[in-house]
Amino acid sequence: MTVNPKLTPLLLSGPALLVFIGLVISPLVMTALLSFYDWGQYKGIVAEFTIKNWHEVIADGYYYEIFGRTLRIALFVTLITVLIGVPEAYILNRMTPRWRGVFLLVVIGPLLISVVARTLGWALLFGSTGLISQALLALGIAREPVDLMFTETGVVIALTHVLVPFMVLAVMAALQRLNPDVENAAMSLGASAFTVWRRVVLPQIVPGILSGSVIVFALAASAFATPAIIGGRRLKVAATLAYDEFLNTLNWPLGAAIAMILLVALVAIIVGSNRLIERRYAQVFE
Amino acid sequence: MSYLALERLTKAYGGVLAVEALDLTVARGEFISLLGPSGCGKTTTLQMIAGFVEPTSGRAMLNGTDLFGVQPNKRGLGVVFQSYALFPHVTVAENVAFGLEMRGVPRAEREQRVKQTLDLVGLSGLADRYPRRMSGGQQQRVALARALVIQPAILLLDEPLSNLDAKLREEMQTELRAIQRSVGTTTILVTHDQGEAMALSDRIVIMNKGRVEQIARPDEAYARPASAFVANFLGKTNTLPAKVVNEGGRHVVDIAGFRLPAPGRSPAGPVTVTVRPERISFVDDSALGVRGRVQSRVFQGTHWLFHIETELGALIVLRQNDGAAVPLEGQDVCLAWGENDLLIEASRGV
Repeated sequence: MTVNPKLTPLLLSGPALLVFIGLVISPLVMTALLSFYDWGQYKGIVAEFTIKNWHEVIADGYYYEIFGRTLRIALFVTLITVLIGVPEAYILNRMTPRWRGVFLLVVIGPLLISVVARTLGWALLFGSTGLISQALLALGIAREPVDLMFTETGVVIALTHVLVPFMVLAVMAALQRLNPDVENAAMSLGASAFTVWRRVVLPQIVPGILSGSVIVFALAASAFATPAIIGGRRLKVAATLAYDEFLNTLNWPLGAAIAMILLVALVAIIVGSNRLIERRYAQVFE
Repeated sequence: MSYLALERLTKAYGGVLAVEALDLTVARGEFISLLGPSGCGKTTTLQMIAGFVEPTSGRAMLNGTDLFGVQPNKRGLGVVFQSYALFPHVTVAENVAFGLEMRGVPRAEREQRVKQTLDLVGLSGLADRYPRRMSGGQQQRVALARALVIQPAILLLDEPLSNLDAKLREEMQTELRAIQRSVGTTTILVTHDQGEAMALSDRIVIMNKGRVEQIARPDEAYARPASAFVANFLGKTNTLPAKVVNEGGRHVVDIAGFRLPAPGRSPAGPVTVTVRPERISFVDDSALGVRGRVQSRVFQGTHWLFHIETELGALIVLRQNDGAAVPLEGQDVCLAWGENDLLIEASRGV
């Protein structure tokens, strides 16, 4: 049997494409459609075209606050993972292979623990009678009990903990592509260790930092379990908000609108910052 | 007076000596090659001088100051790497300017010196290129310019030409030598290519297994190799087991029955004899020579290379292609050499 060679790529990718359309695209399209349905306390979901869900989210300051908080948390988590993850990856990369293996396991450890167990562990540490608070009191750093539960700081700490591995892995991949002689070359030309790092190493691993940041930002902005446990009802983010609309209020169309706005905002922010950084560091992206 | 002096320089990795008690003095403006097979310690030596590897013991005195007491980034040495190690994210001009920037040279002077150096290495028009968009030969020149622009106390070259193709490598050798002469920078080259070392250097340091076998001018080392290793490493040679015997007050070297008067000071007893393939000649009178048969002959343009099966074993012979007739494959020949063509070394049981 002969097949038109032009069709070969399509046929080969066909099965994967079908799965992708069935499991990703169609639920997304259905959610998008759902966001235009009507809903009422007593009538439930009605198949009537309306933009009132979108209008409500965009017009009400309550939602602005939640979306603002979501982006703020995601931004801080991304910044902190960059600050922690990049030096961590650099140090790991310079270790002997044996120790690198051991410490890599330590670094990706948080990913190996169930999200519920890990987050409840943080909850134990965060409370006003928790370990962190008591330690700060005992050391005289804090005068009153420090309660990190239901605070943005708490959510940022817990999310950073679990998302740092993604940054470390992305940056390490970039570091491994570097020519080790280049650092020596810069040193022989008179650069101090810090200058070598800032002028030679850092610019070359920008692509790695960027891809790590994209992953971390997207995961932090759409995280559900951690903000749900640490932030609770008091401190809603977009994901927990959509969840509450779906399962508590049962206002599916409004939940769908929130989910879609989160998706669109994430894609816009990620694509935009990608463009910006790729233009700035055009030479290392080739 | 020596400019750079390495004194009993040693590097051990675990129990293994990568470089063992290396002594070397280099005069100002001299071009020195560290030559040897891979793993002989030549690169480690260079890296100790540059400061990328900590020496286990020994000193390196540069102009009277101990180099090892100076931070690697304060030594002011120019290094050219085998991989070139250019900064891929900045232009050629910025690559070359980096060392001057680190020295706080003002912008105007910096630009002028970068331009001069790029002219010197023949890259005038390419200052704004990025390294990735250049050929290997061009990247090599950028690396050289970057090392030279800081007017280094010593220029260290780590196999700089080994990634280039044969023709380009030859061109770069000529040019490298010309540039080094014109600038007058003391240069240490690490290479495993004996041709390169002989073509470029004032003196060659031949190393093997972390030890220096010989330090000599290229022609000296070739003509009078200090050991069979050097003879084998510098060009082709024939190595034969033999013995030196005392015959009526005269030393005679006996190579499986083929006897020649031994040069003075030859050690008595079992020896290793080496004879260069170009020193062996074909002779007519079979009574005076070693008999053999031509196994193969290979035409190499400027000369012929013969493999000849003889009573003493397989020998290689080089004959200049001067237009004269040469033996055919399968032909019986008679070989001869003079006592001055032999290098005799007491056997070390190699």
